[in-house]
Amino acid sequence: MSTAEIDRQWTTRLRKRATGHLPPEKLLPDTQPAYVSSWIYVFGVTTLAALMMVILSGIILAIRGPQWWHSSAIGHFVNSTHLWSVEIFFFAMIVHLWGKFFMAAWRGGRSLTWVTGVVTFLASVGTAFTGYVSQTNFDSQWISTQAKDGINATGAGSIFNVLNLGQMLMWHIVLLPLAAVLLTAIHVLMVRVKGVVPPFEENGATK
Amino acid sequence: MAYLWSLAALIPLNNYGHYIHWGVIDISVANFIVVVLMIIAFVAALFLPFPGRSRRKESR
Amino acid sequence: MSTKPFRPDVDAPEYKGKYVPYDIIKEGTIAIIVVGLLVVLLATLFGSPDERAITVKAWSNADPIDFATTALGELNGSTVTAKYGAPYNTAAPGQNLGPLRLAQFAGVTIPVNTVRDFVINPLSSLPYDKALSAALSEWKGASTSQQKSWVSNYTASASKMTWSNNQINVPATNAGPVPELINKLTSMARSGALDQALVTGGGFYTTNYTKPLLFVADGTYLANLAQKQHLLGSQWGMMNETGSYPGQAWLWLYTFWYQVPPFNTSTNADVQVSALMGLLSILLLLLPFIPGLRSIPRKVRVYRLIWREHYSD
Repeated sequence: MSTAEIDRQWTTRLRKRATGHLPPEKLLPDTQPAYVSSWIYVFGVTTLAALMMVILSGIILAIRGPQWWHSSAIGHFVNSTHLWSVEIFFFAMIVHLWGKFFMAAWRGGRSLTWVTGVVTFLASVGTAFTGYVSQTNFDSQWISTQAKDGINATGAGSIFNVLNLGQMLMWHIVLLPLAAVLLTAIHVLMVRVKGVVPPFEENGATK
Repeated sequence: MAYLWSLAALIPLNNYGHYIHWGVIDISVANFIVVVLMIIAFVAALFLPFPGRSRRKESR
Repeated sequence: MSTKPFRPDVDAPEYKGKYVPYDIIKEGTIAIIVVGLLVVLLATLFGSPDERAITVKAWSNADPIDFATTALGELNGSTVTAKYGAPYNTAAPGQNLGPLRLAQFAGVTIPVNTVRDFVINPLSSLPYDKALSAALSEWKGASTSQQKSWVSNYTASASKMTWSNNQINVPATNAGPVPELINKLTSMARSGALDQALVTGGGFYTTNYTKPLLFVADGTYLANLAQKQHLLGSQWGMMNETGSYPGQAWLWLYTFWYQVPPFNTSTNADVQVSALMGLLSILLLLLPFIPGLRSIPRKVRVYRLIWREHYSD
């Protein structure tokens, strides 16, 4: 087999493209630009860490099923960790968003990174919402019967029935987490490909 | 079963919440605390010195 | 060859400064440990809310008159569900966004007939009872106009409804089988059997609570409990949680619009607020492409604080 033939293979071309855009030293860098020096930068990684805690606690809840936490002290504690990791997740994500806005972090070909970040935020809001209506308690009764009006009014209620527990639970533990995690992965990889946005140029202060 | 009790919350927040009314705004104290903490975290992140700086200056 | 002009809000200057050591794995590990400890601390300190779900049994025992009034509403078509429109029925055109009737366009995909699903079918599932059986036969054998006339005669006296001797009493005349239907449905509800009948109406297995939730939401019992917990839409309830826990605070803007004109008095508020939030989400999404908005960070100069070390060097 000739080298030219190997080079034309889809697999070879995909690998070359991938490693061209994201060589190992970009994926797992050991240095970074000196301007990355502010506490504001910790909110991205905090969001990721909180997302891991959300998923971990969610996996433990999933092992014993949707109603376990009502009757088990351990289950209730795991539910508490699920709630508080979600609160920290949104807390960190929103501060991260403020920070990236004030850095205009979309500059220099990073607009898609911003777009995937916003889509991840919206997917996360949907994931949290479907969790609230899957609690099988008073809260989920009230939230679902209220939210149905907003969703029905848009026509989406014809497919997305918030009063259907099975459907909401599937969205909450399969479809939306899959979307949120995939989007987060794309978002993080984009940051690694393009690097952290450089500071604005200022007269006499450009480097 | 005693160990299970140790999992119960130390300060459960199950009593009816308190709410802050200010014009059209009507927010629970819990949510208000969360929002205030977010703003504090953001402002603190802007102003607090990042620890890497001094080390970097020394190594220069 | 002409070079494109540098656009400060779109292009980034090339960084030629120095690089410093950065341990991304260590940073990630520290973040996971710190967040993990914080989560365990908050969970241990505060726990999480879990108000038990209400049941039709609890509702009808706590307030049999509210239950019976709601059941009558399902018969005479005055409840929220009976008057809803799509996706449950065709009783109303639903909300409109200008000329668009989105719900109506999407159609009736989750059919709910309040008379059949909330009253007649559950009662028909009860064990044989002579009076009830006769009432059901009379109802099913009557014409629609006859049924309507019975229901309206009963409704006319329903404001005098009382609960005594474990039954609903209404001084109605010419109401046909309606008093028996309402009374037996109330007894059924108080025994807990109606909860089961509403859930298992579709067969043995179900994960779908549409019908019992719609029925419960038609009464005032659920809303009264929600009001005590400050969860009503008019109380910014969308972002609140039972007890004193923080809720979905990130929905603040969504619930805010419901509190202010024109939405707080609009009959189409739901679809209008949804459309507005959709539009604002798109603006946030496309911020890097919107001239003016994308210049805000450069003009407010908060970035001077973030990169102060860089600028001072």
